[in-house]
Amino acid sequence: MARPTGSQPVDALAAEARWRPAEIAFWLATLLPSFVTPDYLQLAGQILITGLFALSLDLILGYAGVVSLGHAAFFGLGAYAAGIASKYGWGEPLTGLLIGGGVAGIVGYGASFIISRFRGLALIMITLGLNQILAEAANSMGWLTGGADGLQGVHTWLVLGVFHFDLYGVTAYWYALAVTFVVFLLVRRMVYSPFGLALRGIRENSTRMLAIGAANHAHVRKAFTIAAIIAGVAGALLTETTETVSLETLSFGRSADVLVMLILGGVGQLYGGLIGATIYMIARDRFSDINPQYWYFWIGLLLIAVVVFLPNGLVGGLKKLGAAIGRRGS
Amino acid sequence: MLGNVIGVLYDGFAYGMLLFLLSVGMSVTLGMMNFVNLAHCAFAMLGGFVTVTLINQFGWPFLATLPCAFLAAAAVSVVLERILFRRFYRAGDLDQCLLTIGVVFVSIATAAYIFGTVQQPVQLPAWIRGVFVIGGHNFGVYRLFLIAVALAMTAVLIASIEWTPFGAQVRASVDNQRMARGLGVNVDLVFALTFALGSGLAGLGGALAIEVVGLDHSFALTYLIYVLIVVSLGGMGSIGGTFVAAVLLGISDTAGKYYMPEVSAFLIYVIMVGLLMWRPAGLFGKR
Repeated sequence: MARPTGSQPVDALAAEARWRPAEIAFWLATLLPSFVTPDYLQLAGQILITGLFALSLDLILGYAGVVSLGHAAFFGLGAYAAGIASKYGWGEPLTGLLIGGGVAGIVGYGASFIISRFRGLALIMITLGLNQILAEAANSMGWLTGGADGLQGVHTWLVLGVFHFDLYGVTAYWYALAVTFVVFLLVRRMVYSPFGLALRGIRENSTRMLAIGAANHAHVRKAFTIAAIIAGVAGALLTETTETVSLETLSFGRSADVLVMLILGGVGQLYGGLIGATIYMIARDRFSDINPQYWYFWIGLLLIAVVVFLPNGLVGGLKKLGAAIGRRGS
Repeated sequence: MLGNVIGVLYDGFAYGMLLFLLSVGMSVTLGMMNFVNLAHCAFAMLGGFVTVTLINQFGWPFLATLPCAFLAAAAVSVVLERILFRRFYRAGDLDQCLLTIGVVFVSIATAAYIFGTVQQPVQLPAWIRGVFVIGGHNFGVYRLFLIAVALAMTAVLIASIEWTPFGAQVRASVDNQRMARGLGVNVDLVFALTFALGSGLAGLGGALAIEVVGLDHSFALTYLIYVLIVVSLGGMGSIGGTFVAAVLLGISDTAGKYYMPEVSAFLIYVIMVGLLMWRPAGLFGKR
């Protein structure tokens, strides 16, 4: 049966989901570090992992509108799950990612029943509180997690049985890039699906979504669980590439940092997390060389500037600029 | 054991009073303008540094520095409010959070630049560092002083909110901002004054906190979490609720650290999450 074109929501989604030249350029640019700055592949790998983590936050914050100040809980869970599995004899990287994502996903699914019921300040404080509870638990369970000293004795096997993790971070970089790209494709597919549209509807007007019969809570639960899985995968990735896990992976600082990166890049635009993480981590790397104390001054100013001048983050600003140039050109 | 209980209650109550001074301003600004001001503790830190500087550099007596801490925090906060914050009263929660956390970061780095990253030493007069004894229990004079100042401030605050025309305007603005505007209340002015008052109290709290919890460049972030817990538990805009929540947190935190040092931090968050799940708007919140 022929469907009338142009007016269906499915067609609108399909139009949105088309790959734009800028996106292809972005992913080609992610290959640059290995040619342009081969000395910084270690950092590039870290940036990709953090970007993946920020992407998972974007899914719940940017699309479902759930503000979480405790997202590091799932990153840390994934990191510890993969690390502990490796310490006790299973260091296969790809299944390690599944272990990390799986543990984070199970806890995230449990937490999502709490999360989906609250909004506003209460939600922020509950996510923060759950994160802190987990961090304190990890701190006091030294026999399992190594406590404040971090988890020692993590050993990651060869990737696909061939590539070993070298000192210069070459394997780590390509491995992180591959995982990030695959997960990104899945997230992109999901965001431009009817489910993604429903999430955006909940973000914009949850009452109206209820009125048209959407299962708000179930949608938010699903999105939160998926975001937890991705955060867990990112955490496991960090464990495998650095072969250690510290309490910092669960800390409030990490939860706050990832939020800052995402806002910097732009919320709800898919690329915001990756671009925000890139800028934040390169800036931190540079400024920390000068003086780690004053690094906060610049990131603070940057935050204020972004909120005042670029309400949709850097990606939003770039889109606007692109649109303005396009208008002038035509 | 009983002596410990009394001592813990006393210290906990004093600590709660400190938390109340630090958080009451944030609670009122949240309730009135729905403005999430995470930079609130930065004003407290400012007050603390004013006191430290005046005592150590200029040799002022401790008591004389307290009003200065109040005034400095109030003055700086009202300038920031007029220039920066007021444009974001209608923005989303998240934008407000990030804007103000940006201010926190800048303040931390500035404090580290000027004062370094060490704990700030401060020499208090001898009479206030002493101990007095009742029924065999030792009580610190300083904590009594802290409690007295905080209670006096609370009394002044409640009296001025309940019984003055300005207080009536504040309450009207908190309850229904649009209606208050419609009735001719200059909500912007009322809010600016309230903001200054709340920040001033935080500055005073910061100055008083030096002796109890210490002061360093990261104060603005360290105590932000405690203030957020008090505000979210007390219910925003509720002075009484903030008071009760601050005392509860002060006593339970002190007791936890004393009796169960391993799990005390854990316990605080469990209690907070539990209470918030039970009453998302806080113990005394309306919304």
